[in-house]
Amino acid sequence: MGYAKSKSGVSLAKMRISYDKDALRIVLRGRLDNYRAAPVWRKVLKLLAKRHTKPIHIDASGLEYADGSGVALLAYFKEYGQKNDLEVKIENLSQNISSLLDSYTENPPVEAVKQPESLNLIERIGQSSMALAGDAVEQIIFLGRLTLATAKTIFTPRRFRAGDFFRMCELTGANAIGIIALLGFLFGLIMAFSSAMPLRQFGVEVYVADLVAIALARVLGPFITAIIVAGRTGSAFAAELGTMKINNELDALKVMNLDPAVFLVLPRVAATLLMTPLLAIITNVAGLIGSGLVILSLGYSLVTYTSHVQNIISMTDISIGLFKALVFGATIGAVGCFRGMQTKSGAGGVGVATTRAVVTAIIMLVILEGIFSVMLHYLKI
Amino acid sequence: MNESIIKTQNLTMGFDGVPILENISFSVEAGEIFIILGGSGCGKSTLLRHLIGLAEPISGEIFIDGLSLTDAGSAQRADILSNIGVAFQGGALFGSMTLLENVALPLEEFTSLPKKAIRLIAQAKLRLVGLGGYDEHLPSQLSGGQQKRAALARAMSMDPRILFLDEPSAGLDPITAAQLDDLIANLAKILGVTFVIVTHELASVFTLNGRVIMLDKNSKGIIAQGQPEELLKDRSNPMAWQFFNRSLKES
Ligand SMILES: Nc1ncnc2c1ncn2[C@@H]1O[C@H](COP(=O)(O)OP(=O)(O)O)[C@@H](O)[C@H]1O
Ligand SMILES: [Mg+2]
Repeated sequence: MGYAKSKSGVSLAKMRISYDKDALRIVLRGRLDNYRAAPVWRKVLKLLAKRHTKPIHIDASGLEYADGSGVALLAYFKEYGQKNDLEVKIENLSQNISSLLDSYTENPPVEAVKQPESLNLIERIGQSSMALAGDAVEQIIFLGRLTLATAKTIFTPRRFRAGDFFRMCELTGANAIGIIALLGFLFGLIMAFSSAMPLRQFGVEVYVADLVAIALARVLGPFITAIIVAGRTGSAFAAELGTMKINNELDALKVMNLDPAVFLVLPRVAATLLMTPLLAIITNVAGLIGSGLVILSLGYSLVTYTSHVQNIISMTDISIGLFKALVFGATIGAVGCFRGMQTKSGAGGVGVATTRAVVTAIIMLVILEGIFSVMLHYLKI
Repeated sequence: MNESIIKTQNLTMGFDGVPILENISFSVEAGEIFIILGGSGCGKSTLLRHLIGLAEPISGEIFIDGLSLTDAGSAQRADILSNIGVAFQGGALFGSMTLLENVALPLEEFTSLPKKAIRLIAQAKLRLVGLGGYDEHLPSQLSGGQQKRAALARAMSMDPRILFLDEPSAGLDPITAAQLDDLIANLAKILGVTFVIVTHELASVFTLNGRVIMLDKNSKGIIAQGQPEELLKDRSNPMAWQFFNRSLKES
């Protein structure tokens, strides 16, 4: 109703400022609403940005109407007066506006809740290094808890959540077989095909079999598998535990004096630890089938292919690969749970936790792979 | 011997060193219903988390049964925790477990009762909160009010001496909320345990009819305390008086 009238432009909001010898006089007229208060507000902000020493007298007799923005303007004057110990008088204010104004000034602005100040570059660098260090410390604490939980569970096996463990094995292992087999197969196929072309120039394309087999067994099989497990399962752990954290389920466990490390983390880490090597075997077999197809298509017999593979791969190579997969699996499970338990509340919290779970896991995988390579080099195996 | 079951001394709580509540001191007597009242965001849940040992105060101490929670070792802590049950604001039921499993979990973990007995006990608890027949439901298959009831049942599963309930009837329609408040008031009579209940609703305060402390965000402290009828007449804090009288008119 009020808007309809004001929009038609019947009366504009106006402000006149004049200086007396004993006061700063302001006359307000018209309608101070959201649509018209802007110029007046601008003037007022400019006016009150300066320091005044004389009392301020506002004549509001011509003020027909004021909504939130108008009343806030009057309240701003009053607060300015309070802050600077100046008398601010508002005269001839209509009853309606006056009572609105009272409700504003009755609830004084609450003390601002402290917020982190924005930082300069150096402070920010410092802060992120501290955060990184803090994260490392938290990871070590988490690792300690997990070790403790493992020890506790070994001494009281009854505590192990076997049901949860099997559910997690299904999730991590059984449900991933399809995608693992498909990706392993395609990977073997692509690797064999792209290396066969250059090797063919030298007439040694049959050695593709050796190349693919050794690369898969020692390095790529466990690594590809681990990346898939990190993407499928690590993220799922983070999301699941993150949601539990936000729903206070972790708190509920703690007040029941149940250790989330035993209750939630251990079965999950055990599942990824056990399932990743098994999945790595599937990747390897599927990869060999893929590369075998390429070799056969190049006109070699199956026997040639299998004998090449058998010759080049030893039990040691396979064990190294499986051991890596085991370590990768445990890492992925632990990282997923860790990031999940770190989840901050809020709608984005779980999303952030999942992303961080995958990113951290992949970084850890690369670091571990590097460590393994150096170690194997010096151990000469 | 005549010790309060819960006692806090000059408790200051907050996040990252910024206090939200300061110098909170009160005591709760065994068997009473103790109500923590206050507007949303004033720190009721924060106080509750401190009382159950999930957060460390900035300063001050908490005693449960005369034992200090603030500097308890793990054994003493376990001892204290075994005497309390908590129903969180959102229920915090374990989503992958049925109601029965939720309620039975502490019994399974901490007692050597036979499976059958645990089942019967858990069923009885669910019946007590009016959820008989929902044994095999998952939390996601329940309404909000039912989830809150289930959380209550789980909190009671170890027969704790103190039950902490965070907004047990908030977010429910008035009828369901009133039913739940009645249920809690009834349980308090039946079980004789101490209840510490967080709420922001006046209706709950009068239904539960327990001793109240009212917290306020701006003063970061207790602005009024006493029985609900006393607070209705107590004009010493205008904000508390206004809350009690204005909302009463509305309801
Ligand atoms: N994890 C947290 N980190 C920082 N501040 C928090 C956190 N949790 C709650 N707060 C702040 O503490 C205050 C009290 O929160 P809470 O105890 O949940 O209030 P209530 O339960 O009374 O509604 C709020 O202002 C909120 O912003
Ligand atoms: Mg709360």
